[in-house]
Amino acid sequence: MDQLLTYPEFPHLLSILIFLPLAGVVPLLFINNDAFSRNFALVVTAIVAIISLRLVTGFDTTIPHFQFVEDHTWIESLNIRYTVGMDGISILLFLLTTLIMPFCVLASWTYIKTRVRTFMICLLIMETSMLGVFVALDFVLFYILWEAMLIPMYLLIGIWGGPRKIYASVKFFLYTLAGSVLLLVAIIWLYRHNGFSFHIPDMMWADYSFTAQILLFVAFFLAFAIKVPMFPFHTWLPAAHVEAPTAGSVILASVLLKMGTYGFLRFALPITPDAAIYLAQPVLWLSIAGIIYGGLTALAQQDMKKLIAYSSVGHMGFVTLGIFVFNLQGVEGAILQMINHGVTTGALFLCVGMIYERTHSRDLLSATGVGKYMPVFVTFLAFFSLSSFGFPGTNSFVGEFMILAGTFQLDTAQGKFPYLALAAIPGAILAAAYMLRMLQKVVWGGTDNPDQSWQKDLNIREIITLAPFLFFVFWIGLDAKIFINMMHTSVAALLDKLHSHHHQALAAADLILR
Amino acid sequence: MMPFLPELSLLGAGLVIFFTCIGGKDGNTVKNIAITLGALILVSSLLAFNQRQELFFNTYRVDLFSQTFKVLIAAAMFAVLLLGKRLDGLQQKIHAEYYLCLFMSVLGLMMLVSSVELLAIFISLELSSFAVYIMVPMRDDSGRYRFQMEAGAKYLLFGVMATGFMLFGMSYFYGLTGSTRVDVLIAQLPGMFNHPTAVVATVLVLCGFFYKLAVFPFHFWVPDVYEGAANETTAFIATVPKLAAVALLLRFVSMVGDNGEALVNILILCSVFSMFYGNLAALVQKDFKRMLGFSGIAHAGFVLMGLLVFHVTGYAHALYYICGYVVMNLACFMVICSVGTNGGNVLIDDLTGLYKRAPLLALTLLIGLFALAGIPPFVGFMGKFFLLVDALRKDYLLLVILAAINTAIAIYYYLSVVRVAFCSAEDEQLPIVTPVHMKLLSVVLMAIILVMGIFPSQFVRYAENTIQSLM
Repeated sequence: MDQLLTYPEFPHLLSILIFLPLAGVVPLLFINNDAFSRNFALVVTAIVAIISLRLVTGFDTTIPHFQFVEDHTWIESLNIRYTVGMDGISILLFLLTTLIMPFCVLASWTYIKTRVRTFMICLLIMETSMLGVFVALDFVLFYILWEAMLIPMYLLIGIWGGPRKIYASVKFFLYTLAGSVLLLVAIIWLYRHNGFSFHIPDMMWADYSFTAQILLFVAFFLAFAIKVPMFPFHTWLPAAHVEAPTAGSVILASVLLKMGTYGFLRFALPITPDAAIYLAQPVLWLSIAGIIYGGLTALAQQDMKKLIAYSSVGHMGFVTLGIFVFNLQGVEGAILQMINHGVTTGALFLCVGMIYERTHSRDLLSATGVGKYMPVFVTFLAFFSLSSFGFPGTNSFVGEFMILAGTFQLDTAQGKFPYLALAAIPGAILAAAYMLRMLQKVVWGGTDNPDQSWQKDLNIREIITLAPFLFFVFWIGLDAKIFINMMHTSVAALLDKLHSHHHQALAAADLILR
Repeated sequence: MMPFLPELSLLGAGLVIFFTCIGGKDGNTVKNIAITLGALILVSSLLAFNQRQELFFNTYRVDLFSQTFKVLIAAAMFAVLLLGKRLDGLQQKIHAEYYLCLFMSVLGLMMLVSSVELLAIFISLELSSFAVYIMVPMRDDSGRYRFQMEAGAKYLLFGVMATGFMLFGMSYFYGLTGSTRVDVLIAQLPGMFNHPTAVVATVLVLCGFFYKLAVFPFHFWVPDVYEGAANETTAFIATVPKLAAVALLLRFVSMVGDNGEALVNILILCSVFSMFYGNLAALVQKDFKRMLGFSGIAHAGFVLMGLLVFHVTGYAHALYYICGYVVMNLACFMVICSVGTNGGNVLIDDLTGLYKRAPLLALTLLIGLFALAGIPPFVGFMGKFFLLVDALRKDYLLLVILAAINTAIAIYYYLSVVRVAFCSAEDEQLPIVTPVHMKLLSVVLMAIILVMGIFPSQFVRYAENTIQSLM
């Protein structure tokens, strides 16, 4: 328990943040009024966002421990506890979630016309479970929140989604659930071998046999790789993204996908270090496959949401690549890229949603040539597109650069030719190709553009929705140090333990072989 | 008289209903009388809750275990009465007879959980079964297909066969110990488990309750009876008797003590086959009740997982699980009884657009089905989780993995029902009017599903105390 630091100045900060949205559901249950639902949900999510800024001032970046910890008995008979706490890996993701939610409400202001109250209830329940997942330090608590979010997300897609919403929502649900059933078995197995405790920090860096680690890693991998989604498990993503309403797409892209990569960092690396190192090569090559495949597929899309969805597959491929090179640049770049992807892709989905509200089509051809009539909109779109393919000065450049540097370092450190990094670079070029293609069509189009003269440019609400995203695109792009500082100590400690643990394991194996 | 109050009030209720059927009152009066009586029975079971006594030459024990189950049974019966208030699956002239049979069956179940002597157990079981044998073919035969007769015949024949097995096993118990009293058995049996007769006898006796709970080799009646019986009758069969069946299974399994190893393999096989058979067969069902029947077989397999660890916590978790299962099932059957028109069966496709026709029912269905599927934070997840933990504590890793895979299979068919309920119908449908008592019931059921799922500690601790009183 020496890993856990409480926060005496504001002892229940995390719990308040997690459960405030859930408490916000209660008034909505009794008051059935569309305008009230919108305003109220906005107020609740905004309050959560504001309170969460307190985390930044209270967080000690110089220590790798879990902070703001709260620990209560929950289910006594099985020693299941309500334990939450955050370290440098989770704080940025937590803040990303709290900050993005008010904009999801804003983006649904006019987009959602039916059952507004139910929609807002789903959003608020989503927020509670997403925030909880990033700070849960009890594995059962984690699993419950991880699974519980499927229901509101299923409803978000299934009720307010596009024409093929039923197919998309069912596919999303089945993939994610099927992936995580073995995770449950792994959790119980760990409980059994950890003195009947579900406490996550206790499970880390314990000496499990190599076979057990491999099996645990496979269970983790299935659950997290489907959520990321990594290359062969990605097929639910385009369907879900395309059919979901804007807010749903933003939540999916910005937060839900990060849970998979967060899972790798929080569980797969510390709990099964030897297996992670042993199986890193196939995971790395799957990431490369995802980068190339996502890029090539995005290049061929006519549907803007699908294009961005496939670009997500590529971007998340970069993230897993960065995680599994196991060096400081790579992992820090990966976490930064998780944030970047949340900001940029979330914003791109908001942009597409705004076009969709006007043309009622996501087809690239029906949105060609709006640049002339919607200058503000295309300005935003241009910056977000540039950010998406990692243009220098924007946020993704920093992230991708760090990941590629880490990848080079991995190969050169072992004295090998850098196949891996070279294989990833075409992905960056592909990203430029498909984003510029979309940008060109939307801004200028060709000679046969549909008549767009009736299009209204963004209103104040929409500008307010997009502006903060743009702010973060440049803030991270020009001064990433602040963000990297927040995670640095935790990441360094993680990698330090990973390598020392592995060396010990190697030494032990050596001893046995001799 | 006090310790016997719930049973007496049930008998009294039976008499009152008996006289109403002579009097030929109109349908609504009978229904209201029945529901009032149901409430009275629930109250009387609560009043008798703290009673502790042995009755009838010590063959009938009133203790924490039995009184808990009586309250559960009475509450579930009251819920069934409420959700089946329309009762349009039966001709109006036999409504009174239906309620009479229902009360008699519940009387049998209540006596069953208190009986501590093999013959008393047998008589109670038969009382509860015979009433249901009559209830199944009571369904209004408007289509002249007579498939309720087939259902009734199947239920009767399989029931009689299972009873035969059980009687045979009981005779072995008597032969081994020279007594039919359960306390004697508990004292003597654990020493005899190196003897194959004791194992065979226990398995045979368990068969009788496997039949009630619909565990794998005794599940054949389930789909046809669920489909053939009236919606209200199925709601009863699917919930209340399962409580009593688990109570008796717990009683007999706890008799085995720590010598369960001989039985473990049989129970594991029953459990795994129940899960796979139930879930795989449920995948292709079109009739909602039939699907719930198959899912019930799978859930029975899960309950067995709690029994086969032969430990108090496992038994307590099995008890917790079956209570949760009954509540989730009641939620689903509430929707069936509300959606079915003229007492007809509900196909899964009939639920199309339910969320527009009746949002509250759709939400109840959503929560009920996701809970059955074992999605957190509902009671179904917690129950499954507890049972998986228990099984893995005993190192039954393969069983746990197979059970987890079954959860993944099961989600498909539950989800396909939810999917239908939440997609819009092509043609305009009439909204379903939900009466106030149904709304209240659905809110209560949803609240129980949530609270039991999020705060299971109290329930589990209570269940453990209850089981302790058995030992």
